[in-house]
Amino acid sequence: MSRYFSLGRLIALLAKEVIQMRRDRITFAMMLGIPLIQLVLFGFAINSDPKGLPAALVAPTQDRYTRAMVTALELTGYYRFTHPAASAAEAEALITRGDVAFVVTVPSDFGRRVARGDHPQILIEADATDPSVASGAISTLGTVAAEALLRESGGEAAAAEASAAGIEVVVHERYNPEGITQYNIVPGLLGVILQMTMVMMTSMALTREIERGTMENLLSMPATPLEIMLGKVLPYLGVGAVQVTVVLVAAKLIFDVPFVGALPLLLLGVFVFVAALVILGYLISTASRTQMQAMQLTFFFFLPSLLLSGFMFPYRGMPEWAQVLGEIFPLTHFLRLIRAVMLKGADHAGVAQPMAALVLFVLGLSALALMRFRRTLD
Amino acid sequence: MNGEAAIEVRGLTKRYGGRAVVDDVSLTVRKGEIAGFLGPNGSGKTTTIRLMCGLLTPDAGEGHVLGHDIRRAGRAIKREVGYMTQRFSFYEDLTIEENLNFVAGLYGLRPARKHVADTLAGLGLTARRHQLAGALSGGWKQRLALAACIMHAPKLLMLDEPTAGVDPKARREFWDEIHRLAADGLTVLVSTHYMDEAERCHRINYISAGRLVAKGTVAEVVRDAGLTTVVLEGEALAEAARRLRGADGVDQVAPFGATLHVVGRDGASLRASAERVAAETGSRMSAAETSLEDVFIQLMGDAKDTGR
Repeated sequence: MSRYFSLGRLIALLAKEVIQMRRDRITFAMMLGIPLIQLVLFGFAINSDPKGLPAALVAPTQDRYTRAMVTALELTGYYRFTHPAASAAEAEALITRGDVAFVVTVPSDFGRRVARGDHPQILIEADATDPSVASGAISTLGTVAAEALLRESGGEAAAAEASAAGIEVVVHERYNPEGITQYNIVPGLLGVILQMTMVMMTSMALTREIERGTMENLLSMPATPLEIMLGKVLPYLGVGAVQVTVVLVAAKLIFDVPFVGALPLLLLGVFVFVAALVILGYLISTASRTQMQAMQLTFFFFLPSLLLSGFMFPYRGMPEWAQVLGEIFPLTHFLRLIRAVMLKGADHAGVAQPMAALVLFVLGLSALALMRFRRTLD
Repeated sequence: MNGEAAIEVRGLTKRYGGRAVVDDVSLTVRKGEIAGFLGPNGSGKTTTIRLMCGLLTPDAGEGHVLGHDIRRAGRAIKREVGYMTQRFSFYEDLTIEENLNFVAGLYGLRPARKHVADTLAGLGLTARRHQLAGALSGGWKQRLALAACIMHAPKLLMLDEPTAGVDPKARREFWDEIHRLAADGLTVLVSTHYMDEAERCHRINYISAGRLVAKGTVAEVVRDAGLTTVVLEGEALAEAARRLRGADGVDQVAPFGATLHVVGRDGASLRASAERVAAETGSRMSAAETSLEDVFIQLMGDAKDTGR
């Protein structure tokens, strides 16, 4: 039996951990149920390209050009004019209260200007408190407006064409988001789900032993820190593998997310990411005295990583300092990796940087965890 | 080291936040003996045991356990010592057999199956081996823990209040087992605060507020305490007790059923006070043996006085 590592001891620790895991029915069900439920829930619910958003129309003169414009906007699917004949003041109140997401203002001289071949203007005010609400609706505007007028003008081609080309859609927007789509969300969800379940469960694994008093016994027997760490971490790596399979299969079957990259490369990335997560959880475990503390520390870590990793908000849209902060979360690098592989078909060279970052996390966190581990009860 | 000592530590000290929980404790336990480790709750018994089996690092002091340095050879000590914690610390969500398999695996016992089967048979739990350990009664948990602790054939057994919360019959059987093991050559250090258990030890060490204040055989400890005890019997014992408290030479007054135990360090003035009160209340006074319990209560009181 080696001084620092014995396979026999590790197997004893693993067998014990797996039995405990299997016997803890609720936790076990959660490990498998959470990924599926979250994926389906968030996959359908989080929609950053929402359609049919309520809109108010401020159009003092209802001439044919105005009507054509409004019809064209409705046909994009983004606008649903719930208040088609609002005054400017009413519209202002509506958007302030959040009853509508857009206010479309067609000035009274719109038709006249189109007919004259002048530069017509329409104003679209978007409620950009949630920036992603407006992005899709706004991005379609230019072409919509031009085509609508071209269709409507028909015979009076010359003048209308001139004015269509020169139509000016004034958009008041306060944010410039990346175009997040559902395809973007689902791979990201894999990272988020893994992070939540893996870190939390591992973080409680060691703390549970301390809380139940079994740690004292374990430490009085000849198990080394490395064996104890592997004994705790490996079973959860296995759980992670199951979760990954569940989410990837569901992504394909339920959401039909395209998968253009190489599966082995993706799995390698996922493996390194999960390893980083369970070791992080174990590290939290060594720093907490109770399961409650472990849970709190997990959330302390979880929320910022969710917000700053580029899952919730476009990474490049964040200020520089926030981007730097985002780099310290494994999730950030994993999101780059999985999106690159799944959606863009990146190869090894393409994901070398995030992969290296994740490997670095695994090594650094392991070293920290082994150092932090209390071989004694001090 | 001296070939006869299983435990030999000097000046062990452990501080938590500036307070010495274990304060300059020196202790010798001879091979093959059952050493009692006594003291009230919070006196530092558990901490001392943990220091000796490598679970805590002492702030000061040194020593050897089974010839291994307690500061440097924690791993060797862990392999040769069986440590039974105060609280049941095997896995309640594992079955009896799974717990034993786990222990056999950690100690690398070969063949594990045979060790586990023998232990189960020895416990008489073969038929119940698939039962969860958490479902066992207090007495059975304690027997399981003991069996698991001696499965790897340790040379020294440290038991931290092993019989807390166990009924008298199970306690009696437990102690019979301890004596059988000691007869086979195992050294046992057992902490307790039950006096009847202390009297079943070869030698006792009394710790109070982190300091070792008495050691030796039970007879030695009682003799060294130098206490005088008298017993009062009569009708008005409550009144007698009230008058005796605080009287000259009286340190302890304790009713025991129909008698009143009066204990003091100053024998002459104790007898004088007791005779006076006996006469006043119409009680009969007689001399009595000082019990170990009287000694311990006296020692506890002393520790509080010096601790202030």
